[in-house]
Amino acid sequence: MKKRPRTTESHAFLVAVSAVILGLIGGAVLMASIGSNPFLGFYYLFRGGLMNIERIGNTLATATTLMLVGLSVAFAFKTGLFNIGASGQMLIGGLCATLVAHKVFLPRPLFLVVLIGSALIGGALWGVIPGFLKARFNVHEVVATIMMNWIAYWSIYYFVPAYLKGPSLETESASIAVSQSLRSPWLTKLFNGSYINYGFFIAIVAVVLIRFVLDKTTLGFGLKAVGSNRFCAEYAGIKVNRNVIISMMIAGSLAGLAGLSFYTGYSRNMQIGVLPAQGFDGIAVALLGASNPLGVFFSSLFFGILQSGKGFMNAMTSVPPEIADSIIAVIIYFTATSVLFQRLWDRLFKYRRSRRSGEKEE
Amino acid sequence: MSYVIEMLNIRKEFPGIVANDDVTLQVREREIHAILGENGAGKSTLMSILFGLYHADRGTIKVRGEEVHIHNPNDANDLGIGMVHQHFQLVQNFTVTENIILGKEGGFFLDRKSASKRIAALSAQYGLNIDPDMVIEDITVGMQQRVEILKMLYRDANILIFDEPTAVLTPQEIEDLMQIMRNLSKEGKSIILITHKLAEIKEVADRCTVIRRGKLVGVVDVADTSVATMASMMVGRPVSFKVDKKPAQRGRVILEVRDLNVLNNKRLLGVKQFSLSVKAGEIVGIAGVDGNGQSELIEAITGLRPIESGSVIVDGNEITHADIRRRNEIGIGHIPEDRQKRGLVMSSRLSDNVAIKEYYHRPFSKRGILDAAYLDEYAQSVVDRFDVRSGEGIHSLAGKLSGGNQQKLIVGREITGSSELLIAVQPTRGLDVGAIEYIHSQLVAHRDKGYAVLLVSFELDEIFNLSDRIAVMFGGQLVDVVKTDQTNEDEVGLMMAGISKKEAR
Repeated sequence: MKKRPRTTESHAFLVAVSAVILGLIGGAVLMASIGSNPFLGFYYLFRGGLMNIERIGNTLATATTLMLVGLSVAFAFKTGLFNIGASGQMLIGGLCATLVAHKVFLPRPLFLVVLIGSALIGGALWGVIPGFLKARFNVHEVVATIMMNWIAYWSIYYFVPAYLKGPSLETESASIAVSQSLRSPWLTKLFNGSYINYGFFIAIVAVVLIRFVLDKTTLGFGLKAVGSNRFCAEYAGIKVNRNVIISMMIAGSLAGLAGLSFYTGYSRNMQIGVLPAQGFDGIAVALLGASNPLGVFFSSLFFGILQSGKGFMNAMTSVPPEIADSIIAVIIYFTATSVLFQRLWDRLFKYRRSRRSGEKEE
Repeated sequence: MSYVIEMLNIRKEFPGIVANDDVTLQVREREIHAILGENGAGKSTLMSILFGLYHADRGTIKVRGEEVHIHNPNDANDLGIGMVHQHFQLVQNFTVTENIILGKEGGFFLDRKSASKRIAALSAQYGLNIDPDMVIEDITVGMQQRVEILKMLYRDANILIFDEPTAVLTPQEIEDLMQIMRNLSKEGKSIILITHKLAEIKEVADRCTVIRRGKLVGVVDVADTSVATMASMMVGRPVSFKVDKKPAQRGRVILEVRDLNVLNNKRLLGVKQFSLSVKAGEIVGIAGVDGNGQSELIEAITGLRPIESGSVIVDGNEITHADIRRRNEIGIGHIPEDRQKRGLVMSSRLSDNVAIKEYYHRPFSKRGILDAAYLDEYAQSVVDRFDVRSGEGIHSLAGKLSGGNQQKLIVGREITGSSELLIAVQPTRGLDVGAIEYIHSQLVAHRDKGYAVLLVSFELDEIFNLSDRIAVMFGGQLVDVVKTDQTNEDEVGLMMAGISKKEAR
């Protein structure tokens, strides 16, 4: 279910780049308006994300979570579903993984399989419930996933102090031993002690896999048909409800993997009373990436740079870190109004084409 | 003679297609001017330019001799141009008055009373017969259309554009509309009528501009031009209105429907104790006025609607409660009533649309992996065989095709799937004579290959042209089944009103 892939993708790419540039200009205007030097601000923002191998590692680790959540939202969107529940799915996936990390002891390769599997199952469960409610009772998935977010939130509130309490703090789980986490000594060493972990590779595998599923498989064909026109899909004999459930299950497991990368790789513990903001940032990632797995890959890297560079920008200049968030917000506005860019680019291309054909006539 | 509207040398290009190429349209004061063309010929584009929805790449527009630039529909309204769209733009739970004054409320407080009075007066003046206080969802489609007309009159439009106005109307409502158009022109309005229905042009229009593939073919005086001439101008070759077909060679029973009861959307019995059989090698047409249970019957046979009681057997397989995919596999092909909603995924390429029923099995895919090359090849063969025209071939999006080409694509998909039973619902609705002729010939060819065809149509011409037997439905029940060569339109017409054959004679 795609147009000629190259034209569409390059089109989406142009739209995304235009949005990013306008977002950066918007950020520059904001910086200038509070009396800071925008060039200096951006210099430190990007330097903060990229200045050395350790920072690059941290940027990648931040991008990992965003990539997986973005993929989750994008995948659901292809089936015509809006997954607002990535936060909750992250929490449950993370909780399952944290439990495994604390309680299960196995040889490392086997352990990693169990660890990843537990996060997949946790996230999938949290996704499949709204999927089922939608398919069976026509409960709108936005409502159901938001509710599931809060169920997850309060479950963590209970579970972590009850079963995973740390030695000092009541509000967070005990730290996971590095050998029981997604981190690996050689990666940490390679990136000079950064947070980067196996999650990054999991995310890349997920990008490739999801792209393959959507473009090349009958499963993806059916899911996209349901997403584009459920009435036609139904008429053609595609089981709409089953596809809705499958789609939410896969979206949930991707968000579960995001929880895995965040709670057992990036931070190695879980705090109570926090609904992870990445679950919502992922919507922006998917939007900027035009719900395309490859687009999600690049947009999550970009947002990763902004997220991890904003602290450094704040330290080096008087620009508050909220500026980075504002840039993201502006970008989202411009992406959401991408139809305007599309028209602009269309007109530009047409103008060039007509000029070219005009030359030929002469 | 002065012209109210002149569109001179208009050119409009879309990616891959020139929709209007040097088209000129000149409409005289108080005339009914038809624009005739096949679907996709560029009629709607031309009117959208006049109404400010598109901008011409080249050419000029003059209104009453003065050159104008129409940037949006508001400009058009200011110039006294109004348009009745094919799809009505009405708020369902508002009254007629509220709908008409919407956007023209004037002032902070609504003055429904005087607006309603003025609407009643307009309605009387032009013979529209509309009660301003009725709620839209309670009135018939024909009346809704007249509300659209009133909307333009209320805005003092004196150049009225009708875009395919009869597509949604019953024969009686069409009669009424023709009369209304005559009244309007008598009262000094100029009318542009976009259509591909020749009979209507012949009946009501003064002159006719014919467009083919974006180019102007000619302008004729309707009174001195035969329908056949106009048809061949439109299509570019002589057109036959009668379908050539040999007597049916009936084989075994393919479709057997027994005592079927089906609920409609209001949870009432939409189909009652309905029994019918269709044999291989014949076309059975279901005649009836829209809304007498035809849609429910077809949805029950194709699996889109659950069956309360009774049974459906196709080629010896009991499928009363089978899922849709199983029905497809047994060999039911279905040309759906609403091609945009059910028939196609508008945002997908033609090649995906052609494969949408079969993508999951060989040779379209192996072990869950799609064979993209085969998909394209298969789509190309369907597109070539059924002459589906598009800007970018099999990579075009279905939504970019004209209605006729969309329908050809669906017909192609369903026929190429070599369906034992082909169900065609309104297969030529909204299509031009060229496409109708083609689709009719394909349906007959499918019959001649020894397959069964079940046809549903609200147009008696079509039923009589194609069917070997005619089953008449009224109020969800089968009135009677008659052989086409042993009946006539009057008899079937009476049966459509619920009067059985015996009573009719």
